[in-house]
Amino acid sequence: MRLRLKSAQAAILAGLLLGADAQGQALPGQALAFDRSKGNCLTCHDIKGGDAPGNLGPQLADMKARFPDRKELTAIVFDETKRNPQTVMPPFGRNLILTDGEIEAIVDFLYTR
Amino acid sequence: MKIFRAIASVVVTIAALAIAGARPATAADSIDPDADFKAFRDYFTKRFPNVPLNDFVNGPYSMDAELRKQWEAIDDFPPYDFAIDRGKQMFATPFKNGKTYGDCFPDNGVGIRQNYPYFDLQSGEVITLELALNRCRETNGEEPYSYVKDEMASLTAYMAFTSRGKPFDIKIPNDPRALAAYQKGEEYFYTRRGQLNFSCASCHVQNPGNHIRTEVLAPALGIVAAMPIYRSEWNGMGTMSRRLVTCNRQVRGVPLKPQDELYRDVEYYLSYMSNGLPVSGPGARP
Repeated sequence: MRLRLKSAQAAILAGLLLGADAQGQALPGQALAFDRSKGNCLTCHDIKGGDAPGNLGPQLADMKARFPDRKELTAIVFDETKRNPQTVMPPFGRNLILTDGEIEAIVDFLYTR
Repeated sequence: MKIFRAIASVVVTIAALAIAGARPATAADSIDPDADFKAFRDYFTKRFPNVPLNDFVNGPYSMDAELRKQWEAIDDFPPYDFAIDRGKQMFATPFKNGKTYGDCFPDNGVGIRQNYPYFDLQSGEVITLELALNRCRETNGEEPYSYVKDEMASLTAYMAFTSRGKPFDIKIPNDPRALAAYQKGEEYFYTRRGQLNFSCASCHVQNPGNHIRTEVLAPALGIVAAMPIYRSEWNGMGTMSRRLVTCNRQVRGVPLKPQDELYRDVEYYLSYMSNGLPVSGPGARP
């Protein structure tokens, strides 16, 4: 029993690294990303696994290849207006829409896409 | 201020749209509505070369063929019909003092929508149709209506309907107060606000035709022409006031009071930008 639990935990840990837990369930960042009162990413971005996406922003796919530097992706979610003053992307960190922890969780999730 | 011209040139640069003659920032502090008007119209017509100029008044339907089909399918029984009928009846019904709405307006209020808002040189402020209607009521000893829906939307629906096809004819008198009102409206339109950090222009200048979720964003050019509108999302009619208040809320900003002077200035600016385009209201939107 104990051994099985341990292996389950190991599977969960491994799954987290791969973007899902042992049962293939979503990372907490996915709920935050899709929640209309939180990230609400689908309003503007097509993300695999999300319904009825908008298209103001680019599709969020191949994220590891596009953003090898995690800091860059985190900074975009925190406040993209710093890099591109004309962007319409809300400054999620600067305007306290998401906490730093929530942004990190969403970035974890995005790296599975 | 040449806010639009400045923003448009940046947007255009980003979108890599080749608009010839992007304006140099000369005399940046002068208020020049005519130059703004030309830059504004050029921006939209060059970005959407296949949209006939007069079709911009149909908002999202001018941007999206699929949405247009759905709209045409319901247009035999438009959802705003009841509002036109009600407004017509209200116009025909005298106030307690025997006067009517028609007595407050030129041509009995028929076919005049395209002249609103106007700048009133006596009071030194922008007068919208909604404001004029409530002032008419109050002058005649009646309580003012809510500005956002119901009776007000019925009255403006009827007045728009009798004006359909007439080109917007908004004038900015050569008076510093009128130019200041225009400028304040323009500034409000391009200023970001709310927790989500959106300006009106973020959606309606930078992203017309794009989708937020499944919704198609309307172009700012002609956006006033269809007011008031029946919105399925509202499950009812809404006025220009309602549209401004809900836009502010959607970006998690603090809305002004309906018919606040600044909102009227915004409507003045936007209506001037739509000069020459036909009244299409009342409209129906998803």
